Amino acid sequence: MATTTLTHVRASVPLAPRLTIGQEVVKFIRVKPLGAAGALIILAMMVVGAFSEVLAPYDPYHADYGLQFARPSVDHWFGTDEFGRDLMSRIIYGARIALFVGFTASFAGCTLGALLGVVSAYAGGRVDLFLERLMDILLAFPQLILALAIASILGPAVQNVVIAISIPIIPRAARVVRSTALSVKENVYVEAVQALGASRRRIVLQHIVPNVTAPYIIMLTAQLGGAILAEAALSYLGLGSAEPTPSWGLMLSGSALSYAEKAPWIAVFPGIAISLGVFGFNLFGDSLRDALDPKLRKG
Amino acid sequence: MRTYILKRLLLIVPTLFGAAAVVFVIMRVIPGDVALLILGGDSGQVDQKQLTAVRQQLGLDQPLPVQFGTWLWGVLRFDFGTSLWTGQPVIEELLIRLPLSLELALLATLVSVLISIPFGMIAAVRQDTWVDYLIRVISIGGLAIPSFWVGILCILFLVIYFGWGPPLEYTPPWVDPWANFSQMVWPVVTVGYRYAAVTTRMTRSTVLEVLREDYIRTAWAKGLRERVVVIRHALKNAMLPVITLIGTEFAFLIGGLVVTETVFTLNGVGRFVVDAVAHRDYPVVQALVFLIAFGFVIVNLLVDLTYAWFDPRIRYR
Repeated sequence: MATTTLTHVRASVPLAPRLTIGQEVVKFIRVKPLGAAGALIILAMMVVGAFSEVLAPYDPYHADYGLQFARPSVDHWFGTDEFGRDLMSRIIYGARIALFVGFTASFAGCTLGALLGVVSAYAGGRVDLFLERLMDILLAFPQLILALAIASILGPAVQNVVIAISIPIIPRAARVVRSTALSVKENVYVEAVQALGASRRRIVLQHIVPNVTAPYIIMLTAQLGGAILAEAALSYLGLGSAEPTPSWGLMLSGSALSYAEKAPWIAVFPGIAISLGVFGFNLFGDSLRDALDPKLRKG
Repeated sequence: MRTYILKRLLLIVPTLFGAAAVVFVIMRVIPGDVALLILGGDSGQVDQKQLTAVRQQLGLDQPLPVQFGTWLWGVLRFDFGTSLWTGQPVIEELLIRLPLSLELALLATLVSVLISIPFGMIAAVRQDTWVDYLIRVISIGGLAIPSFWVGILCILFLVIYFGWGPPLEYTPPWVDPWANFSQMVWPVVTVGYRYAAVTTRMTRSTVLEVLREDYIRTAWAKGLRERVVVIRHALKNAMLPVITLIGTEFAFLIGGLVVTETVFTLNGVGRFVVDAVAHRDYPVVQALVFLIAFGFVIVNLLVDLTYAWFDPRIRYR
């Protein structure tokens, strides 16, 4: 009798108390101050994007030729551009486009990539070999060059930019998810459900997919900043969204530099917006990876 | 080592074949009609005769497999046809622009390596102190700030304070070193900062991993000084992944070249791509996208070979 009580006591001791969501947040802020700062920036950007109509002091499309190149002032905090449009309003509306392209492109790219990765790992054999080769080939193209080629064919429009940016993400996500899925597949519990006669669909959806969500989420947050940056670069090169869309990259293209002496603010503020946004996403993604990857933890 | 080189060389053949196929699919199959795009099909008014002429010139009147065969045959002979915009062979146009881009790429790599390795190492050794935070913030910042904006800021500064104007022609270093330097220094800073940011982060995390190894603990236990432990034991072993990463991050560099050359109006390969896209010069776009992938594959091959040369475990696998 005495031995059974002893094992019972031993088994119940080492479990750590479960944290509530609020406690988890506090812990994250304390352990990862940089990540919390990043999350704050992302949150601010989302609020600005969601409430652009309320927050923007002027109509971002309204040209006022009497107000061309107005210096930053109380009325126009960031000044006006060559059409007399209020820069701050344009930057506020730009947050919406940056977030839309960033989220949809990285979500589409990572999800498709993850699906291919899981299929490739689970199917194995010829399917795996074929998909792996295909991903290798796509990886032979630098991200921006592939996006540039696709965008040039599809033409400048927001939805085309999303397609152009998401395609280069696919092989990168597929790689990462495939390698995790391969190790998950070898686990004893997968073998067990296989022996119980579970269908392939059930094994993949119920047992493999939930176990590759961590790398999927890391990949997704890691790609967000890059996707926003790629949108800015494509728009800057004239292949992203077209005028008069208030895209941050587009605001910096062409005319911004020709008025360098007259109105340097046109070339300064949109750049700050891009950098700050991407900085937030990178900080957050970095800390998330640090927190989820035990190899990088201190100790 | 020789078998390893041979194996790696053979492996790039299917990759390059696939890359040629992908480029072909993107340029020929997705768009519907390239000829219509070239003539500005969006206006809706296109001369039928002109359309047939352009189709014939590009070989678009041939069936798709024939077109693919012609494209592959051209790739094998490094003959990519002529530019629709200038009428010159694509390869000749490329060779004029290559030295500038190569110089920019090499100098940017050099600058970034000189910055990133010491700083990445310091950040790792002093993990979670203010030095680490500062270096991480600066390097994450380098990834966040678009390189074209860094370029724009450089130009703003130069224009406002020095009345600077963009140079019209590339001066090679062997003609006039000073003119070349003043022309290249800002673009190199622009590309190099971003590249350094990537490499610093990689150096930091690889050094961090190595610092947890048993032999480092042994080195500490032997009572070696910190400098010896870090530089002789940790850094040397952390360098291998960093060398590989310098190669893989070459993609960042190429992306950086495209926008930086556009900002500084430098007549390099990157700007050639952008111009070709703007002019709807599809033979050039097709050729350049493939050739950039080709260059990228070769660089990765060289990196792999260096890695195998340094680390014998890889060649015998």
